[in-house]
Amino acid sequence: MASNSELIDVLVTLGDDHLILGHRLSQWCGHAPMLEEDLSMPNMALDLIGQARNLYSYAADLEGRGRTEDDFAYLRSDREYRNCLMVERPNGDFAHTMLRQLYFAAFMKPFWERVAAGSDDRLASYAAKAVKEVSYHVRHAGEWVVRLGDGTEHSAARMREAVDALHPYTDELFTVTQPMRKAIEKGIIPDPKDIKDDWMVTINLVFNQAFLAVPEVAFPQQGGREGLHTESLGHLLSELQYMQRAYPGLSW
Amino acid sequence: MYSQGLTGEQSELEETPEFLAAFQARIDREEKIEPNDPMPAAYRKTLIRQIGQHAHSEIVGMLPEGNWITRAPNLRRKAALLAKVQDEGGHGLYLYAAAETLGVSREQMTEELLCGKAKYSSIFNYPTPTWADIGLIGWLVDGAAIMNQVPLCRCSYGPYSRAMIRVCKEESFHQRQGYEIVRTLAEGSAEQKEMAQDALNRWWWPSLMMFGPSDSDSVNSDQSMKWKIKRFTNDELRQKFVDATVVQAEKIGLTIPDPDLKWNEEREHYDFGAIDWEEFWRVVKGGGPMNRDRIAARKKAWDEGAWVREAALAHARKRLEREAAAKEAAE
Ligand SMILES: [Fe+2]
Ligand SMILES: [Fe+2]
Repeated sequence: MASNSELIDVLVTLGDDHLILGHRLSQWCGHAPMLEEDLSMPNMALDLIGQARNLYSYAADLEGRGRTEDDFAYLRSDREYRNCLMVERPNGDFAHTMLRQLYFAAFMKPFWERVAAGSDDRLASYAAKAVKEVSYHVRHAGEWVVRLGDGTEHSAARMREAVDALHPYTDELFTVTQPMRKAIEKGIIPDPKDIKDDWMVTINLVFNQAFLAVPEVAFPQQGGREGLHTESLGHLLSELQYMQRAYPGLSW
Repeated sequence: MYSQGLTGEQSELEETPEFLAAFQARIDREEKIEPNDPMPAAYRKTLIRQIGQHAHSEIVGMLPEGNWITRAPNLRRKAALLAKVQDEGGHGLYLYAAAETLGVSREQMTEELLCGKAKYSSIFNYPTPTWADIGLIGWLVDGAAIMNQVPLCRCSYGPYSRAMIRVCKEESFHQRQGYEIVRTLAEGSAEQKEMAQDALNRWWWPSLMMFGPSDSDSVNSDQSMKWKIKRFTNDELRQKFVDATVVQAEKIGLTIPDPDLKWNEEREHYDFGAIDWEEFWRVVKGGGPMNRDRIAARKKAWDEGAWVREAALAHARKRLEREAAAKEAAE
């Protein structure tokens, strides 16, 4: 079943992006700058974790070896995780968190829209739900980038710092792995280069209102898709996986 | 502090015996008091204190459970816990809004929490060292909260009673979810069962303290009962809670850590051992294991978020100015 193994790989890669970003967002819960954000950030985190669960479960079913969503999330090492580096970056301040969310959501929205019309029915049904969720993420994160970029001098400076820190990680969103190539050929997922324009339109729209400039990136950062991560992923996983590692094989 | 924001304050309504009697008559007829209705200053003050404390408890209560969001043992539990903690934040939001109808701002209330003037439920000054604590909080703490809050759905103050109706639905879901976590542990490995029993041992007595001092020592009780802000006394609610919980513990084979606990045929209630009121007052006064950490965490979030809140205000102002300028240019 060579074809399945490629789709499994794609599903797990996407699942990793969603789980890791959801986990990062969930770290804000109870510590947000205002109560409204203590509700909004968990909301987005729940959407992302829900999508990760769908993706892992689908991968587990295709694999047919009795693994579950939790095996993918809790029993793979740092080197086996395939998320892009951007989603694992530490939260930083609220400007970093919202900008990272905007970068990711602005990519996933056109991505899911095309998957929803794609050739794999089960994935298309997840995508249809994800489109609604991610549209809210684009709006919410985009509004914050505008508020902070066009707020006080201090917030504008922080927003510019966030752009400098995170923009080098955006290239990796558009990389295509071998298994992705197959899924693209089968019409299951879009070719990222075909959604780059959509992504750019969203980012430019927000940046114009936020008085931010898209920087020239001298050294794009990537490696997550091959399992080469920054140091922070290991720490994230040691927290995420603590219970399953400390008490192997139990049900909770 | 509060008095600065009180809407009734400026009008300085005179509380004649006739006014007080008419107000009491409305309460006795089970009419709801609404924000713009005349009300005695003491009624307003009592509600502001109580709703404010309640709101703060929801917010501070996010911290002990939030402590396990990043370490929940599987994805289903992770999502459920995140949603639960988010619900508590939502409860805080409705409650602050209910308190604001009495003329106090959320910001004022937050400042009073952070400087230690306003209280919150002492139960949240205990730590959550193990996953079992998440189950125990849902089962016992949300369980006790329900006992307290169900009667508040009939509270004489309209906005508070309506907020409570929304909140109670979610609290009973939390209670069932917490109990289900504990049951899973109790039916699991020896290690898991021990984890559950250990957590029950730690949370049992603090949960009983959640209902507040004994009726004989409770200062605010009588007047609140007359005003139908409260419907049952602290001891009545505590007894209800014990009666309901003992059965639930037995069902999953856990032992309530009280050697004096036994069914009393005559009273048709469980008798239970003496509560350590010294511990209760120590924690109320700031000497619990987590008091400092809880306030420090809230203060950190508030202080570090200041630039975000300022930016949002500055941006809103700029927008208004630009709109006004555009309008002027068009005319
Ligand atoms: Fe609550
Ligand atoms: Fe609750």
